[in-house]
Amino acid sequence: MFAYYVGIAVRNLRRSWGLTLLMVLAIGLGVAASVTTFAVFRAVSGDPVPDKSSQLFVPLFDMWGPRNGVARKDPPDALDYFDAMNLMRDHRASRQSAIYPIQPALAPADSNHHSKNIDGNAVYSEFFPMAEVPLRFGNGWSDNDDRQHATVAVISSALNDELFAGKNSVGRTINIAGKDFRVVGVLDNWNPQPRFYDVHNSGGFTTQKVDILVPFQTAITAGIKNTGNTNCNSAMNSAGFDGLIQSNCVWISYMVELRDASAVQAFRGYLDDYVNLQNRAGRFHWKSDTRLMGLREWLEFEEVAPSDTHLSLLVAIGLLAVCIINTTGLLLAKFMRRRGEVGIRRALGATKRSVYLQFVTEASLVGLSGGVFGLALTALGVAGVHALLPKDIASLAHLDAGLLGLCLLTAVVATTLAGLFPAARASAVQPALQLKMD
Amino acid sequence: MKLHPIIAAMRRQYAGAILIALQIALTLAIVCNAMFIIAQRVSRIDRPTGLQEDGLYWVTQQWVLPAADDPTKKTAQLDAMQVEDMAALRRIPGVTSVASVNTLPLLNSSRDGGVALEPNQASPLARTVYYYGDENMLSTLGAHLVEGREFTSGDVLHEAAQASHTPSVVIITKELAKSVFGESSALGKSIYLDGSSSPSRIVGIIDRLQVSTTHSWADTFTYHSTLVPVRLSDDSSTYAVRTTPQALDKAIRATASTLYGVSSARVIAEDGIRSYAAIREDAYRADMGMAILMASVCAILLAVTAAGIVGLTSFWVAQRGRQIGIRRALGARKIDIFQHFHLENLFISSVGAVVGIVVAFALNAWLIEHYEMRRIPIVFVLLASLLVVATGQFAVFVPARRASKITPMAAMSNRTN
Repeated sequence: MFAYYVGIAVRNLRRSWGLTLLMVLAIGLGVAASVTTFAVFRAVSGDPVPDKSSQLFVPLFDMWGPRNGVARKDPPDALDYFDAMNLMRDHRASRQSAIYPIQPALAPADSNHHSKNIDGNAVYSEFFPMAEVPLRFGNGWSDNDDRQHATVAVISSALNDELFAGKNSVGRTINIAGKDFRVVGVLDNWNPQPRFYDVHNSGGFTTQKVDILVPFQTAITAGIKNTGNTNCNSAMNSAGFDGLIQSNCVWISYMVELRDASAVQAFRGYLDDYVNLQNRAGRFHWKSDTRLMGLREWLEFEEVAPSDTHLSLLVAIGLLAVCIINTTGLLLAKFMRRRGEVGIRRALGATKRSVYLQFVTEASLVGLSGGVFGLALTALGVAGVHALLPKDIASLAHLDAGLLGLCLLTAVVATTLAGLFPAARASAVQPALQLKMD
Repeated sequence: MKLHPIIAAMRRQYAGAILIALQIALTLAIVCNAMFIIAQRVSRIDRPTGLQEDGLYWVTQQWVLPAADDPTKKTAQLDAMQVEDMAALRRIPGVTSVASVNTLPLLNSSRDGGVALEPNQASPLARTVYYYGDENMLSTLGAHLVEGREFTSGDVLHEAAQASHTPSVVIITKELAKSVFGESSALGKSIYLDGSSSPSRIVGIIDRLQVSTTHSWADTFTYHSTLVPVRLSDDSSTYAVRTTPQALDKAIRATASTLYGVSSARVIAEDGIRSYAAIREDAYRADMGMAILMASVCAILLAVTAAGIVGLTSFWVAQRGRQIGIRRALGARKIDIFQHFHLENLFISSVGAVVGIVVAFALNAWLIEHYEMRRIPIVFVLLASLLVVATGQFAVFVPARRASKITPMAAMSNRTN
């Protein structure tokens, strides 16, 4: 029966091909626009560590107090060196790491090349299991390496390809920032977006790669400067990186892993205690606001997903709605034109229901064609996004089977829904009346 | 023109009429909000920086140095290297001036602070963003001095980056001067920066210089810039270079090799040397992208709505062929039939537009609540209303003409569709 409906539908669609074309175009455009913007939206609002995000937290507190007049309702979104080191020393979470971005110079392999900068982070050993960093070769470093300020490094697979032709380079040395570092591990294509562990410095999405990870204290003693944001509320007492380390400027991201609710509760208590202790020591003389934000909450707090992408999605959904209303109107015109034919079919014994199903099938077929056309437009749209949007966002939006499936599904479902009302109207024709009229 | 036949006809086809009105309403609501977003983005992009942007480019590079023991010595060494670099850059053909500047407008890398009129003030009168540079800064940037003087080489200090020194002289923008001193002249007066205890005397006032950041946190002080006569020494250095407009591309290409010629122990990143035009493009890429996206959505919406109107009106024309024939036979002129469809569409569109205006304001209110959006000016709503109604009239033209060509003979024929 269904094949019969499809057969009739195809014949009918071809008969008034002008209307059919209008519908296919409208549906294709509407679906492609919404699916393309959805691709961007999905990319920027995704969870970078789905199986872990509920256990990762960012502690904040107000080490600045109500100074310098600038109205703030939230504490700074990073830590100063002093507090970050106190938290590391107290070690109250099951895993934790202070993090700062570095961009040391990598010495050239030979005199024909110039030095170049590589991007990465200074982190603690617990960072690797906490952030579920995938490694192709070797491992992260040990707590002991952290304590000894060992000159060890984990490098990216891209850097490993470049320097060591992709071979296992564990045990080899590289020269960065004028010092030899021993490679202990090689990352396995790791480039999490958003850069959840260091939103303060990366702003979330970034085109920078993670080419190198070195122990935090090693980087500090080697004078490898931070390359991210430094926010200060008062002038530093001395210049340079040392001045920054001694200042209360915030520049260090901090992340902790807390496995259950009681651990979260305990850490909250610890943060309050810590701030009270600083209060008693005379460092803070204001009521410091402490926060412990879960990763999802943190990404929202930092407004990682640009509001533009929300807005575009909203507009695209509006566009889709207009396209559906439009299709309803056009299907109505198309189906009502055939009232005479309906009358004859009804008079020859077709039930109302079979006529109705016939029309709905026709609508679905229009939707499918619109979807196929939409596929091509979506590919075009994603290419357009790459040309138009900032690279850090655009590079995330890509075509995949899921997206294409979504495109087809949206087109068929939306058009079928749009066809329900016109189909009902057209199949409600009284056979006798229609025959008489004609 | 009598409205009676239009209303009578519409009562028989209310479903289609409602669908078109609904579509017009939604289209209007989206189009006027989208137009408003476009206008906002375009006005952001159009803001002048205060620079003479043609012929300006930007160099940022990093030295590869052994770890230094003595910070003072290192600062002196870095400063000497910077001076040497600039001398080499000045020798590139076409280069007219070179300055050490820590950042430029739209680079989104800045140091901001507060300006007060009393020493040790905790709460500043105004926020500002600092530009650190030497005596060539103003002429290289092309910022226009309206009062006072430029920096002289005697004013310029060299200091390590992140130094805490309060400058003894500064140049500020007209807007900053106005927000601190009101209408009275700021020239020669002193201000206190970042709660400092020592004063900084204003020796010059420039017409305009945008702050470095384009982020919304600086929207309240877009032109509050303070120029500080300090050449910052750091592991990396940044230069602004002005060339004659014709020489720009050639000079940019020659820059890396010139600097490597001075010393090869340095890192110049791929995007380390950029024309100001490229900086501008990068800075406003998101805004430009959004504007283009919104414009495309508007175009698609209007096209789809027009297509819908063409489709449904054509159907009505076909369906009412016999009635049209009868009206023609009873004396209606071609123009009456033509106008019938135009008027009918005008009526439907107007109803749609009224509903659409309400939806547009509701949508705008919702956007204000959830996004950084301002109240939509009435002119956008009126403009968009005009646009959708005009689209409707345009779309109905072809079917209406076809209708007007239906002959009185059609009344006699049995079928017309």
